[in-house]
Amino acid sequence: MSTTKKFLYINRKAPYGTIYAWEALEVVLIGAAFEQDVSVAFMDDGVYQLVKGQDTSGIGMKNFSPTYAALGDFEITKIYVEKESLEERGLTLDDLQHLVWEDEDEDWAEKDSIRLVSRAELGGVLAEQDVLFNF
Amino acid sequence: MKLTIQVNEGPYQHQSADSAYYFAKAALEKGHEIYRIFFYHDGVNNGTRLTTPPQDDRNIVARWTELAQEHDIDMVLCVAAAQRRGIVDDGEAERNGKDATNIAPGFRISGLGQLVEGGIQSDRLVVFGD
Repeated sequence: MSTTKKFLYINRKAPYGTIYAWEALEVVLIGAAFEQDVSVAFMDDGVYQLVKGQDTSGIGMKNFSPTYAALGDFEITKIYVEKESLEERGLTLDDLQHLVWEDEDEDWAEKDSIRLVSRAELGGVLAEQDVLFNF
Repeated sequence: MKLTIQVNEGPYQHQSADSAYYFAKAALEKGHEIYRIFFYHDGVNNGTRLTTPPQDDRNIVARWTELAQEHDIDMVLCVAAAQRRGIVDDGEAERNGKDATNIAPGFRISGLGQLVEGGIQSDRLVVFGD
C-alpha cells in the first residue's frame, strides 16, 4: 500500500468502566502494521489509561496497561498527553508510565515517546492529521 | 467523495446507529461513494438478524441490510468485537465450535485491518459514537 496518511488515535475515556480504551488499543496495534504515520493522543479521562501501577485485581478485569509500553516496539513514537487534562485530575507526568522508543538512526538510543502538550497545541496536532480515530 | 463510516454503538441503546444510517443515506443521495461501513465496539450488534423490535418501531438491522443490498455497500463487523458479543457467521461458528449463527444478510465479519484500510483508502473517515 503506497499511500501514507497521518493517523491520530484519540483516547478520551477511562481505562475501565467501558471497553473503549481496550478496544481502541487493539485498533492502534493492528493499525501499526499498515505503515502509516501514526500518533496517539490521551485527553480528558483518557489520561488515566497511562497511569502507572494499575491494579485491576479488585474488579475482575484484565490489566492491559502494560501493553502501552509495547507501542514503541510497534514504531509508535508520538504519544501526546494533554496538559490540562492531567492538571484537572491532579496528575503529573510522574504519575504516568515512562514510555520510550528506540531510535535506530541513533544507535538505538532510547527516547521518550510522551509529548506533553497544551490543549491549544493538541488542537494544532489534530488539524495536521488525515484520519482521526476517536475513542 | 469516498467515505468510510465507523459505527461504535449498539442499535436502540444509542442514537449513533440511527445517525450513521441517515448520514449514509444522505451521502449516497448526494452522489458520494461509501467505501465501507465498519461496526466496532457494541456497534457489532447492528449486524444480528435475530433482532425483533416492536412492530411500530424501526428495524435498524433490516434497514442496514436493505441499504447494503441496494447500494452494494461493504458492511464489516469487527471479528474481535463480534466474538466478545456473540455475533457469529458460518466461519466463526465452525472455528469456535458454536451451534448457531446470527449474522444478518449484507454483513460480513473481518478484522480491524479493514477499518484502518478504510481510513487509508477513503477521503474521509466518519465516526459515530460517544
